[in-house]
Amino acid sequence: MSKNKTKKFEAGQILIPLIALILLALINLIVDPSFFKITPVVNNSGNTVLSGYLITILDYGSELGILAIGMTLVTAASGGQDISVGATIAIAGSAMLKIICGGVSRPTEVKNYVVTVIVAFVVACIVGMLCGAFNGTLVAVFKIQPMIATLILFTAGRSIAAWINNNELPIVPDPRFAYFGGFIPGIPIPTTVFIVAICIVIIALVLKFTNLGLYTQAVGINEKSSKLNGINPTFIKFLSFVILGLCVAVAALIKVSRLSTINYSVIAKDIEMDAILAVALGGNALSGGKFNMWSSILGAYVIQFLTTTLYKFHVQSDALAAYKAVVVIILVVFSAPTVREFFKKLFSFKKKPAQKGVA
Amino acid sequence: MKKKVLSFVMAAAMTLSLVACGNAKPASSDGAPAASGDLIKVGIINNDPNESGYRTANDNDLKNTFTKENGYDASFAYSLKNDEQIAAAQTFIQDGVDYLLLSAADTAGWDSVLQEAQAEGVKVILFDRTIDADESLYEASIVSDMAKEGQTAVDWLAGQNLSEYNVIHIQGVMGSAAQQGRSNALTSKVEAESNWNLVVEQTAEWNAEKAQQIVQSVIDAGTPFNVIYAENDDMAKGAVAALDAAGISHGVGKDVIVMGFDCNKWALEELLKQNWNYDGQCNPFQASYIDEIIKKLEKGETLEQKTIIMDEKGFDASTITQDDVDTYGI
Repeated sequence: MSKNKTKKFEAGQILIPLIALILLALINLIVDPSFFKITPVVNNSGNTVLSGYLITILDYGSELGILAIGMTLVTAASGGQDISVGATIAIAGSAMLKIICGGVSRPTEVKNYVVTVIVAFVVACIVGMLCGAFNGTLVAVFKIQPMIATLILFTAGRSIAAWINNNELPIVPDPRFAYFGGFIPGIPIPTTVFIVAICIVIIALVLKFTNLGLYTQAVGINEKSSKLNGINPTFIKFLSFVILGLCVAVAALIKVSRLSTINYSVIAKDIEMDAILAVALGGNALSGGKFNMWSSILGAYVIQFLTTTLYKFHVQSDALAAYKAVVVIILVVFSAPTVREFFKKLFSFKKKPAQKGVA
Repeated sequence: MKKKVLSFVMAAAMTLSLVACGNAKPASSDGAPAASGDLIKVGIINNDPNESGYRTANDNDLKNTFTKENGYDASFAYSLKNDEQIAAAQTFIQDGVDYLLLSAADTAGWDSVLQEAQAEGVKVILFDRTIDADESLYEASIVSDMAKEGQTAVDWLAGQNLSEYNVIHIQGVMGSAAQQGRSNALTSKVEAESNWNLVVEQTAEWNAEKAQQIVQSVIDAGTPFNVIYAENDDMAKGAVAALDAAGISHGVGKDVIVMGFDCNKWALEELLKQNWNYDGQCNPFQASYIDEIIKKLEKGETLEQKTIIMDEKGFDASTITQDDVDTYGI
């Protein structure tokens, strides 16, 4: 496989979420151009902030964008998906609340605010990575199907989260804690946008300056041959789950900050399905192997774009899943080898036979 | 190698915590050795206390009432699944409890096990939720009247005498008794009155985040509204977060009226601060009613009525006191 060809394939891959995005944007433009209007408003804390559908999409798509990073790596390395991210968000969020509120359900103030929040975030990261390590160990060492392995935390996670705080739902009293999921005074753009930007920069640097991307793809495409080439597939798979755990902790910070509290039984409900859909929408093969990170992140925002558009049209929110299902069906059909072959023949007779490890 | 050891330790730690949690759940029969003869033996089947603040308050209330000091020997079983609850009921019947207290996960499927209870002389009392079974199979049922809760709230709202009502209606999980009761009152009012409009009617499935997105979407569209009718406190909280971000004032004498249900303590505190306008109670404190019924039955008295509907209040932010918050907050 020549370098040139790889580039071409990646460029083609990002077209899938891009086309979906343009399609959604066009529909909104035709139906109601005011969809794209962004207006400055003064919020109830007295700050001037930007408001509008596009800001809403950027804001609410953040958690999904962050989770898409980890989910892409897990998918590529293990050829399976982690379905426990929603439950792990509950666990990490609960641990964060426990530290900030000191085990008191209704604290009146947070002592040493800055230090406490940093410690709480670090603890949440450790908890998230431990959960990831647990899943990773089951998948990498014990060779359990990822979906089955993560089913354990999927089932038990929310109970563990409730147990961490003795079934209490603590509320953070300090208004500064709402900055992470809201706005920092003086900055009109949601803080979540910056958090995602930081995550993207970090993963871009990691992919550029380390071999993580290459190794992950190698393990995903052929575990045995990557092992023969000196890569440790067990470690790479394990690492991908730990990285996802870290993403989960960052998402949990945003989630907890949005309302200064969480409800263990419903927080980030079904977000794992959206994260997996983001990876699929990014044109990545759910069976592992090659991946395009940027395509996945774009896919996450496309899903939020779809959700926001449907809310705008007052589609019943319990019917949202059905619309997402339509997207899944289209994706599955178009990624089926026979359909791909057909389109390849139809559009480019210059191309050589299909590459291996694509579908 | 080190990494492997480390990962094993981590896995072991996680598994242990799982096991610990697994043990905590069926804390039903403590296997109390030889219960003394004078105590009344009750088996209590409830939903998982993690489910909501309502359920936690409900469970604590039961635990505080059915104590040894009050003359009870109580065992608890929790599940959100009907079949597990039925299995727990069978165990309790075999253990020879005097009373079986039941908050059923699902309305159907209880006939045969209740007949079994009747044959064994176990008296059944339903609390919180009714079931689809013949009335003769249970002694009493103590429930909330969700339709009345909704009606009280809508009557209160009508009493605000707004010239126009543009309501954002945020519903609970569709089909649940709470959702149906609380929705019906509002929808029938909107149909009857010409100055009542629904700006949007959406289910947020008791989820604060979803409620926030629904309200955000209405704000982004620029549609005017002046009432938020959320069917529980969590969703009202989510809605208010969206209002705050958009700089829309809410509360007593402000632009938007905020209504919630369930009377969580933190929600009543919002009322006290006049950030919200109304909160409807859903009474989780059935234990004292049950206690009274059991005492009557033990004395051989008959009950006047089978179905007891609990008193439930609605709180107005302009009249609520700290006392109300302490007494009724859950």
